[in-house]
Amino acid sequence: MANLQSNFLGIKSPNPFWLASAPPTDKKINVLRAFEAGWGGVVWKTLGTQVKNVSSRYSAVEYNGQRVMGFNNIELISDRPLDINLIEIKEVLKEFPDRAMVVSLMADNDRNSWHELVKKVQDTGAHGLELNFGCPHGMVERGMGASVGQDPEIAKMVVEWVMEVAQIPVITKLTPNVHSVVPAARSVLKAGSNGLSLINTIQSVTGIDLDTLVPNPNVAGHSVFGGYCGPAVKPIALKFLTTLSQDELTNKVPISGIGGITSWKDAVEFMLLGASNVQVCTAAMRYGFRIIRDLCDGMNNWMDEKGYKNIEDFVGLSVPKMIKWEELDINYHIIANIDQDKCIHCGLCYIACEDTSHQSINIEKGNPYNKYTIKEEECVGCNLCKIVCPVSDCITMEEHRKGDEYLNWKEFQKRGLPLNDH
Amino acid sequence: MSIQNNRLSAEEFTKNFVDVHPPFEHAEGAVIEANRCINCYDAPCTKSCPTSIDVPLFIKQIASGNIKGSAKTILSSNIMGGGCSKVCPVEKLCEGACVFNLLEDVPISIAKLQRYSTEKAIHEQWKLFERKPSNGKKVAVVGAGPAGLACAHALSLQGVEVTIYEKEEKGGGLMTYGVAAYKVTPTFCKEEVDYITSLGGITINYKQSLGKDILLADLQKNFDAVFLGIGVGIARELNIPGENADGVVDAISFIYNLRTNDFNKIAVGDKIAVIGMGMTAIDAATQSKRLGAKEVTLIYRRTENEKPCTDVELDLARLDGCSVIWLANPKEIISENGKVKQLVCSKMKLGEPDKSGRRAPVDTGETFILDVDMVIKAAGQIPFEEVIQNADLKNNQGKIMIDHLTATNHKGVFAGGDCVNGGKEVVNAVQEGKDGAKAILSYLQLESI
Ligand SMILES: Cc1cc2nc3c(=O)[nH]c(=O)nc-3n(C[C@H](O)[C@H](O)[C@H](O)COP(=O)(O)OP(=O)(O)OC[C@H]3O[C@@H](n4cnc5c(N)ncnc54)[C@H](O)[C@@H]3O)c2cc1C
Ligand SMILES: Cc1cc2nc3c(=O)[nH]c(=O)nc-3n(C[C@H](O)[C@H](O)[C@H](O)COP(=O)(O)O)c2cc1C
Ligand code: SF4
Ligand code: SF4
Ligand code: SF4
Repeated sequence: MANLQSNFLGIKSPNPFWLASAPPTDKKINVLRAFEAGWGGVVWKTLGTQVKNVSSRYSAVEYNGQRVMGFNNIELISDRPLDINLIEIKEVLKEFPDRAMVVSLMADNDRNSWHELVKKVQDTGAHGLELNFGCPHGMVERGMGASVGQDPEIAKMVVEWVMEVAQIPVITKLTPNVHSVVPAARSVLKAGSNGLSLINTIQSVTGIDLDTLVPNPNVAGHSVFGGYCGPAVKPIALKFLTTLSQDELTNKVPISGIGGITSWKDAVEFMLLGASNVQVCTAAMRYGFRIIRDLCDGMNNWMDEKGYKNIEDFVGLSVPKMIKWEELDINYHIIANIDQDKCIHCGLCYIACEDTSHQSINIEKGNPYNKYTIKEEECVGCNLCKIVCPVSDCITMEEHRKGDEYLNWKEFQKRGLPLNDH
Repeated sequence: MSIQNNRLSAEEFTKNFVDVHPPFEHAEGAVIEANRCINCYDAPCTKSCPTSIDVPLFIKQIASGNIKGSAKTILSSNIMGGGCSKVCPVEKLCEGACVFNLLEDVPISIAKLQRYSTEKAIHEQWKLFERKPSNGKKVAVVGAGPAGLACAHALSLQGVEVTIYEKEEKGGGLMTYGVAAYKVTPTFCKEEVDYITSLGGITINYKQSLGKDILLADLQKNFDAVFLGIGVGIARELNIPGENADGVVDAISFIYNLRTNDFNKIAVGDKIAVIGMGMTAIDAATQSKRLGAKEVTLIYRRTENEKPCTDVELDLARLDGCSVIWLANPKEIISENGKVKQLVCSKMKLGEPDKSGRRAPVDTGETFILDVDMVIKAAGQIPFEEVIQNADLKNNQGKIMIDHLTATNHKGVFAGGDCVNGGKEVVNAVQEGKDGAKAILSYLQLESI
């Protein structure tokens, strides 16, 4: 049995899975249910000035009949009275002292408001604070949320205010609505933030009702930009996370990975790219808290299989494998191979390659089944056929190096080696 | 033992003849199934559909919510796509070729999806086709079965005026008079014929029989071209002693009665022997069981390996409680007071392969006796040889002979469907009707092939 215990800036939890600051963590009933189900910790729904929400609030993107490939919301921070939240936090802490209790904050944009909020929350006995510099809607218009996170200078100033009174670890949650998260991350760390988390949601329009012509979600015939999350954003989140893991300043602090995590595999991937733990929202909203069982079990079995005893053993292991394009080995060459015993003759590899890649698949017409084979000399090893093939391991990419030595693009140019002639 | 009707209650009849392949009840089910299809290129399912329906396209149109487009994709390849979705033996056609079979997984429910779109089109009378302005050409079609209707529709689309001569009082051919009652209802068959003719330019003259009410020579004179789609009709005789006893019926008339009367009017025996193992035999056996017969036994000369029906069909009969005796050939029907009492069968064994490639049954000399009060003959159908001979049509044992462009030996006379192929499926007849139309358009110089 691997040890899933997590220690994030001294905040301990029995497993590295926290619920992200969102509706699943906005009151005692939910959080108790989450802890009963086995979640390692929560980041309590963002507290600050009380706000008013609208109806409806969510929309989603379907793909090929699958619901919630991506999820979108126009909710604001907690709309419940601050005092009630604080009392409930205290009560939950008493019932589940072994779970991580981090509280997300977004105060009005002045020093006093931040000081007051931080102090009140610290008094509950919470283990840590997460600063919400990421919310892309509603709060931005008031100079809060993403508008703080998008400007490294403002972000720095706010973190400085917080650090003046903070006695527990402070995590800054970054917005992905920027071309790079690194400047804001460096800035908040310089101001004293102890750790980072990312990503918050990405501004989006998820779709339009083609009868009413109103985009989703519909609020009395109108809509606004929302925040996009769920499985669709995972690759974007992983990219932002990697940039933090590659930066010599930002990679010195723990990072909590967020964005589209649905399965234990997703979580392992975030951790391999440098996240010390992970946070989940959409998957829980989709299926309920019970998903924690397979998140833990799957990660545990994978760790046992690979021989990792503790989660720290694999955090960041994939980071060195991400390099610059110019450093890639041009002599590495792979060629697709079709296993005729596994092939079901669907022709998807053929039409993809023929219409959009390198015309490298041969078709031999049959009735009703055609035979498909690879033209090895034409195949550029792009992976497209393997990606579209519906049968696992039917198309494999086999190594046929162009040369024995490692050869990168700079060297290739220096030697004046020939480019393609067709 | 006796032959009698009205064996079951009205509720039991309704229950027994309910749709064997029920439709999708909800759009969700159709969309989930449509999304399961992986959208093959040069798809095996399309290649295995005699009318070459672009299956992946119509399925993706269901998935995308373009149901109208989906219906049009289906119906432009197969104007009887609605009926076909209910009666095609898909296990040996499209679904039998679906790549999911190669993954040892259930094939996509192509027919059920096809039904989903076409049923909507037919019920809601979607106007999916518009015919070209009339070009003054007139074509006569004989037979309002699948072949004749498909030919008529394709011709009318191009502006030809079509007159169909049909001997029965309803259209649809064996779809209306032959196919099992738990596959299609008379109401559906009528709706489908009406939908096809709603295009315009097609007139059906019922109760007009070629050879009796009309002559081919007259049609040749009065029309620019003629298409013959008269099907095959008569049940093959067994040619054994006792065949004329009371209680011996042929499957085609038995089913014809069943399809044209209320279920409680159809008399069946207590113990029935059905001779044959084709689709008609299966349909006769299952339907007599569903009408209340106590014991139904299918008698077949060869073994399960050589059977002409599909596994799915045989399973249907078995699930209905019919039993099967393999390697048995009817030898004599014994009657008492003119009524069937026993069926004597020869026990057979398999010999060398015959010209169909299947091993031929050989008489062992041994016999056995079955107590029965009804015998249904379903040993195949034979063509309307007399009509065809009298019209001087070149034929092969009554099957009209055509060239590669569906033309018969008479100039301007074309043919297709069961009357040419000897009896296949509805979907084959539709394709042959389309082929006939294409050849006629070229003959009339309206379109080049
Ligand atoms: C019992 C049975 C069950 C079947 N079940 C299925 C099934 O489940 N699925 C399937 O795909 N196929 C089934 N078939 C086969 C299918 O019905 C036929 O292949 C198809 O109907 C052939 O179409 P057609 O237009 O060539 O001939 P038909 O459907 O036979 O149509 C011919 C038409 O011509 C008319 N006609 C005949 N002679 C004359 C004349 N002298 N003058 C004027 N009109 C005339 C007939 O009345 C008829 O309307 C079944 C057949 C039988 C017998
Ligand atoms: C394999 C591949 C190569 C691409 N190469 C280029 C490129 O050279 N230049 C460019 O501007 N965009 C390139 N793109 C981006 C596409 O033009 C397009 O902007 C992007 O794929 C988003 O569209 P889509 O996902 O809807 O297809 C490429 C995309 C793919 C998938
Ligand atoms: S995509 Fe895969 S299964 Fe389909 S034809 Fe190509 S190799 Fe065969
Ligand atoms: S017409 Fe029949 S064979 Fe053709 S696709 Fe439809 S159900 Fe399948
Ligand atoms: S073979 Fe099956 S999966 Fe492929 S297109 Fe046809 S129905 Fe779809």
